[in-house]
Amino acid sequence: MDTKTKNLLLVGGTVAMAVFALAFSRPATGEAFGGSDDQACAAIAQIDPKYKPWFAPLWEPPSGEIESLLFGLQAAAGAGALFYALGYWRGRRSAAKDQDA
Amino acid sequence: MHIMEGYLPVKHAIGWTAASAPFLGYGLYRLNRWNRENPSGRLFLGACAGFAFVLSAMKIPSVTGSCSHPTGIGLGAALLGPFPMMVLGTIVLLFQALFLAHGGLTTLGANAFSMAIAGSLVAWAVHRLSLRMRMPSGLAVFLAASISDLCTYMVTSFQLGLAFPSAQGGVFASAAKFFMIFVPTQIPLAVSEGLLTVFVINLLKSHLGDDKRFPVLNGAA
Repeated sequence: MDTKTKNLLLVGGTVAMAVFALAFSRPATGEAFGGSDDQACAAIAQIDPKYKPWFAPLWEPPSGEIESLLFGLQAAAGAGALFYALGYWRGRRSAAKDQDA
Repeated sequence: MHIMEGYLPVKHAIGWTAASAPFLGYGLYRLNRWNRENPSGRLFLGACAGFAFVLSAMKIPSVTGSCSHPTGIGLGAALLGPFPMMVLGTIVLLFQALFLAHGGLTTLGANAFSMAIAGSLVAWAVHRLSLRMRMPSGLAVFLAASISDLCTYMVTSFQLGLAFPSAQGGVFASAAKFFMIFVPTQIPLAVSEGLLTVFVINLLKSHLGDDKRFPVLNGAA
């Protein structure tokens, strides 16, 4: 199997697993597709009902929209850095090949 | 998996911060050394940090019906070694604590310990061990990334169990309870993380070619 086919299968497999989960899973309790962090906070409240968080985030995204904006920025910045490097290396390699030819 | 702001008692918050500090100090030293010794070292650091940024921004649905996110630590730990990646992973956590109210500053030490420190060490060790057992290099990367992902959540469960021992059964009963919240959701995501890490390693291999500095790209231990 060549690398291109392998890569297609790797990415395809990841997408397929997420789609399968979306299509066929329902949570036993609570909100559908909520965060597992929130479930952990609920469990803390159950074990130690008197516990109060003693520190609040300095700043919270004022709405779900702003939060998704910042998550989008995080992913875009990360992908930018990763693919900038990949593009640089790819270009460097094909330039070296051209010189050899 | 990030423990939310304020959700660790003061003593635990201080304890985990103190436990993480020496690792991060040494990580910073190794990161600088890496930068000095490698001419285009920043590109590698950027690529590995970038991967961790993307993956930890993606909340992916799992078969349990809840969402969680991968860590993206395995790539950098296999490529750069565990210590530089500890610093990069902590930067991701800091970004999310400051701008997304996800995780927190008081829990940064604990979260850095589970994801950046334990995650990097486990990924690196699994990768080296798998190669030594003569597994194909792709499988070694897959195992490193996915086992590191799961271990991060196991450490988080233990941290929460330690902070909130249950009335009957104590620390371990409580850790098992948190484990059961995180891990079933995380197993399919750990598989996804493994697949995506192998994908990016393949891209690196085909564009970087044989770079002798990186055993992970050449498949030798």
